Amino acid sequence: MKGLNLLWLQSGGCGGCTLSLLNADCRNLIDTLKDFGINLLWHPSLSEQSADEANRIFDACANGETKLDILCLEGSVLKGPFGSGGFHHRTGSVSMMSLIERLAKVAQYTVAVGSCAAYGGVTSAGINPTDACGLQYDIDAQGGLLGEEYRALGGLPVINIAGCPTHPNWVLETLVAVAGGEMYEDNLDVYRRPRLFADHLVHHGCKRNEFYEFKASAHKPSDLGCMMEHMGCKGTQVHADCNIRLWNGEGSCTRGGYACIACTEPGFEEPGHPFGMTPKVAGIPIGLPTDMPKAWFVALAALSKSATPKRVRENAVADHQVVTPANKRTRLK
Amino acid sequence: MTRRIVGPFNRVEGDLEVTLDIVSGRVQAAYVNSPMYRGFEQILVGKHPQDAMVFVPRICGICSVAQSAAAALALAQGMGIQPPPNGRLAANLTLAAENLADHLSHFYLFFMPDFARDGYRDHAWFADAQARFKAVTGSAAAEVLPVRAKFMNVMGYLAGRWPHTLSVQPGGSSRALEEAEKLRLKILLAEFRGFLENTLFGDSLEAVAALDSEAVLNAWMEPRAGRADFPRFLNIARSLGLQHMGRATDRFISYGAYSDGTTPLFPAGLWAEEKLQPLDIGAIREDVTSSWMAGDGALAPAEGHTLPQPDKAEAYSWCKAPRLSGQVVETGALARQMVAGHPLARDMVNIHGASVTARVVARMLELALVVPVMETWLRQFLPGDAYCLQSHEMENARGIGLIEAARGSLGHWLDVRDGKIYNYQIIAPTTWNFSPRDAAGEPGALEQALVGLEAEEGGNAAPLAVQHVVRSFDPCMVCTVH
Repeated sequence: MKGLNLLWLQSGGCGGCTLSLLNADCRNLIDTLKDFGINLLWHPSLSEQSADEANRIFDACANGETKLDILCLEGSVLKGPFGSGGFHHRTGSVSMMSLIERLAKVAQYTVAVGSCAAYGGVTSAGINPTDACGLQYDIDAQGGLLGEEYRALGGLPVINIAGCPTHPNWVLETLVAVAGGEMYEDNLDVYRRPRLFADHLVHHGCKRNEFYEFKASAHKPSDLGCMMEHMGCKGTQVHADCNIRLWNGEGSCTRGGYACIACTEPGFEEPGHPFGMTPKVAGIPIGLPTDMPKAWFVALAALSKSATPKRVRENAVADHQVVTPANKRTRLK
Repeated sequence: MTRRIVGPFNRVEGDLEVTLDIVSGRVQAAYVNSPMYRGFEQILVGKHPQDAMVFVPRICGICSVAQSAAAALALAQGMGIQPPPNGRLAANLTLAAENLADHLSHFYLFFMPDFARDGYRDHAWFADAQARFKAVTGSAAAEVLPVRAKFMNVMGYLAGRWPHTLSVQPGGSSRALEEAEKLRLKILLAEFRGFLENTLFGDSLEAVAALDSEAVLNAWMEPRAGRADFPRFLNIARSLGLQHMGRATDRFISYGAYSDGTTPLFPAGLWAEEKLQPLDIGAIREDVTSSWMAGDGALAPAEGHTLPQPDKAEAYSWCKAPRLSGQVVETGALARQMVAGHPLARDMVNIHGASVTARVVARMLELALVVPVMETWLRQFLPGDAYCLQSHEMENARGIGLIEAARGSLGHWLDVRDGKIYNYQIIAPTTWNFSPRDAAGEPGALEQALVGLEAEEGGNAAPLAVQHVVRSFDPCMVCTVH
């Protein structure tokens, strides 16, 4: 198998996507990348080379002496102050922004790891003090640092592995697909997220689905009920497979007792309402489940609420099962 | 004199550059630059107070729970609520898991690979160190990554996921544990203990925790140096004299760690002038003389502000300079164990002052000290009791959240006015350790620790001694400037 050089850079972010990636479900990240012919040219947390040794690697890629197959950026691009990139500068006052631009020109594939690198993310929230943006998006509009027309040398636009943080296996599987020549534009969704995770909703596989069916809602953190009605949960609208593949073994946000805050969606950082509260009009949540007609939702919700079993109603507002399921004979005779 | 700019430093969390003035082959002065600014304190202004729980963990991907825990405390204080015992136990377990995973990652992934560099090829231990610790190719990383990932499965139960959980709440924990899950956690801790005892220490955690002087430590190390990784480090450290490198001010602070509501497992305090003293939080000021920040004085964090001024003359870092009663202090695992009075930490500092070796030893000690306590906490959950209280809205309130992250003392100062965040100031552990010079010209802790180290003039690689000292603090640069 042809070796592929991967260079990983970090800018306006927290490093959490790397720390998450170290939990990837494989024998160990380093050897699994090798199994697929991926050579880790440099990674800020894993490589030996520091300072000038690292700068030489970047320069060799930019000059074409070393081929750059996969460029991964973690963290948003900091354009400020005044377009200088000075909020993140490197040795000799070169901005990180300009290094990213140089390397994106010579990369076969350019990958945004995490919602910051993809769309701007948390770093671009509030007054966006650093003029942060994504590699090829300003929130949900194409543009970003590289512009709408940008294509990596391999022909694809920036691949956006969204998430705050990203699930380790989303990143690993995307890299494996790229290494195998199996990543095409058709494999990306409308926000250029790999469909390998973005074709599902967070709602799919949610442990609270029985509570959802009956609109038996949680009222405070640790309650077992559905968090859509009061607690700001957007799992029925958000593209990601968090409750199918799970995190850190058997976890997920909704399993952790808190709302899905839509961290794989562009602009999640500024929802326009407090994260933990569901905005409503006339008592009905504004954000209804994806693909669900509003009239049907309202009618079904009213019906299912009136049909809620005692067990589901009482457990919804407790932090442990106060009523366990009744025993039933499951055979025909 | 020659001036050398060393950067970017990798195997630190985030971005770092150090400028060295070198005279006669030694560092005469060091200037530590945190080259990235994101502006969380500006982003938080005007937000709903509880939205801090979404933003602050995202300051840092490696100490995300620590940021959440500090914010939860500040908010709880503002609301006037106290988590119930189960909530506190869950929060302590979550924070401890993060802190210990960070100690492990730092040792194996960030710190040890430097001993496998070519510059050490003439040492007797080199072949062994290279096979074990070489970055990317060493056997240790391949072994420790799956162990770390498995250990982090405790976060799947306690926190939903890691990093960036919302289970840590002002009212406690949003994640109540089922009986089966407590057993699962017990199994995960037993597995982690097994790795630490067999591979890292070559001895029981209790035996490591009981090491009480440098002499005892060295005698313990000898028969184990070829069999386990911490003794391997001790052997290398002694041969390189790392106990003589990296002394800063020998003034240490800890905010106190893992409180049960009244008493922390590791107490709060200040160790200075060779004795334990009470820590006066009111004596903390942040100085911006050398920071690219508007202002020139030193302000108490509750009154502080964060306004970038990139063209400020004489400034050289985005990092502010926190000082305690005007003095430079060090924070971290060593500081925590100095304040807590661990005899091994106290003995090592008594003999040599703070050092590269002592900082690493303190982190390893905490792995040995805290895992058994986590096992105890697991047995203390009260079946049927609440994990979380309802939070409530705040109109006008202030709150302070002080906790110990893996890297040391982390403080959040919250000011809510008219139901919104009016001011939010954060002082992270590495802000203390890697601060630039203050108004009096006093260099920060790392800047002092680098002075006197050997450094070739005219070379262009980062001197190895400099790298050891920098990484001995386990810096987290994304937290530093936030």
